[in-house]
Amino acid sequence: MLVLDLALKSLRNRAFSTSLTVGSIGLSVALLVGVENVRVGMRDSFSNTISQTDLIVGAKGGTIQLLLYSVFGMGSPTNNLSWDTYREWAEHPAVEWTIPYGLGDSHRGFRVIGTNEDFYRHYRYRGGQEIALAEGRAGSEVFDVTLGADVASELGYGLGDEVAVTHGIGEVGFLNHDDMPFEVVGILEKTFTPVDRAVYVTLEGIEAIHFGWEDGAPPMPGEEHTHEEVLAMEEIEITQVTSFFVGTANRRDVLRLQREINDYEAEPMMAVIPGLALNEMWQGIGYAETGLRLVTIFVVLVGLLGMLVSLYTSLNERRREMAILRAVGAGPGRIVALLVLESLCLAAAGALAGLGLVYVLLSAGQPIVEAQVGLFIPIRPPGSVEWLFLGAVVTAGFLIGFVPALKAYRTALYDGLAVRV
Amino acid sequence: MSPAIDVQRLRFRYGRGPWVLDIPELTLERGARAFLFGPSGSGKTTLLGVLAGVLRPEEGEVKVLGRDLACLSGAQRDAFRAEHIGYVFQMFNLIPYLSVLDNIALPARMNAARRARLDGAGVKEAAAHLADQLHIRDLLKKPVTELSVGQQQRVAACRALIGGPELIVADEPTSSLDFDRREAFLELLFRECERAGATLVFVSHDRTLEDMFSRRISLPDINRGAL
Repeated sequence: MLVLDLALKSLRNRAFSTSLTVGSIGLSVALLVGVENVRVGMRDSFSNTISQTDLIVGAKGGTIQLLLYSVFGMGSPTNNLSWDTYREWAEHPAVEWTIPYGLGDSHRGFRVIGTNEDFYRHYRYRGGQEIALAEGRAGSEVFDVTLGADVASELGYGLGDEVAVTHGIGEVGFLNHDDMPFEVVGILEKTFTPVDRAVYVTLEGIEAIHFGWEDGAPPMPGEEHTHEEVLAMEEIEITQVTSFFVGTANRRDVLRLQREINDYEAEPMMAVIPGLALNEMWQGIGYAETGLRLVTIFVVLVGLLGMLVSLYTSLNERRREMAILRAVGAGPGRIVALLVLESLCLAAAGALAGLGLVYVLLSAGQPIVEAQVGLFIPIRPPGSVEWLFLGAVVTAGFLIGFVPALKAYRTALYDGLAVRV
Repeated sequence: MSPAIDVQRLRFRYGRGPWVLDIPELTLERGARAFLFGPSGSGKTTLLGVLAGVLRPEEGEVKVLGRDLACLSGAQRDAFRAEHIGYVFQMFNLIPYLSVLDNIALPARMNAARRARLDGAGVKEAAAHLADQLHIRDLLKKPVTELSVGQQQRVAACRALIGGPELIVADEPTSSLDFDRREAFLELLFRECERAGATLVFVSHDRTLEDMFSRRISLPDINRGAL
């Protein structure tokens, strides 16, 4: 206890260099823990994009590709599935609900997604949150359109505005379906998921704008359907979907259902488990993560080296102090303990300061990051990884302390009771 | 009772250098007030280091209070010093980050035997009592950096005396004081050593003080080594 008391008083006596050292270790630890938090936040928000969906089903192709176009609104779908096939699986006894998607069109760079009321009823994100409407109602008529929050705010659309849909995906479509304007009937609440950046229409609406486009080219003159003609139709037959989400009644059926879908012979199709596919995708991004982590670990090392330099250079001024301690009976062991404890205290204080700083920055920055980047970083108590980092920093502080301590030990033995040059 | 100091055929040198100390014999009875003098470089501080058990002699016997320090391990010598020896430096005696009180209390906190000899008084009370005796009671709460040199030396004397060590070793503690203060300081030191029954070894190159001591030892006369 005496040595600890001495160590603390000695550090307090050198308040300026102590606070600089604690500050630099604190900043580096804050960076380390902060990056970890952002990483976990990104990963969570990534995997929180959908929840409670057991399978995503689409035409046969790449797992990640299916995930990208049906969940993240990235890349292009390869093929569609027929409506009959979709219905067949939707009525499968193991299936509780489905959300059908018709993809492939866009509006001024935002994806247009054809779906039906099942989307509003069953879509879940971030631990089971439901899609909610900020304004208006969910689209249900052929030319109804519901906008994601970002689409509405970025394009400045309000209820009642007309929206033209572009065939194909891209900022500027060559072929506009502008003979078929849609009307905004609803705007969704912000979700901080790709839902915010999508335009939702009905599957019937998707069919309607493609009347006469069955071969992929604009209808021949004379074959066009006018807006009025479509509206006059009693029923628009839906012919295809791009993919669909599946929720099972019993999660034990998921694997069997997946296998059945993958083995379906009438049409080449595949089912992926979103969690597994997300993981697979995340692993691809993992290299960047590892790199980032390495950099922050080096930053912490630099912080600790700063402490080493500060302790080491103070030793010369402290030779007198060591001689006094020796004279009152402190053995070399106590001299070593004193310096190791000082280093340990600095590292521990730095680690705690860094942890505190992270939480201050997180709570201050969370709303800003959420608003600017759309990334929701949850504030949570330090997890095992954080404790591991902090433990490593404190342990490193302890070990580094031996460098000045052993130097002081040798100096103390050499000096004895007189400071010799 | 064994003498306070009994040195026989002591030889010491730093590393492989020349012999700094080569003392055939030096004894000092208990309770003596010894004045050890010699010019700079005659090995005074080195001899004190050996007597305090910080430096280990290469040859010979160094019996302090009956224990041969040459036979003890480093840790044993540290413990012996903590328990039995009070040390006063020439200057810069105090640890800058401790208060006056903490500086005085340090040996008692460092060593259980010194603590046990406080006659039941707490470390703080004992330190305050000694400070009283050396007329520095009102300095106890001050940071040591605000003390004058004379005040610092008295604090150092208090620290050497706390817990009643049998041997007080003082390495030119008065050389940075003016003459009047030297005498006053010595009077106080003598009085406290007497009260505690401690032996005092006082080193100086300044022989104006030697009349105040019961025993005078010329280091150049007994040391055949040195430079």
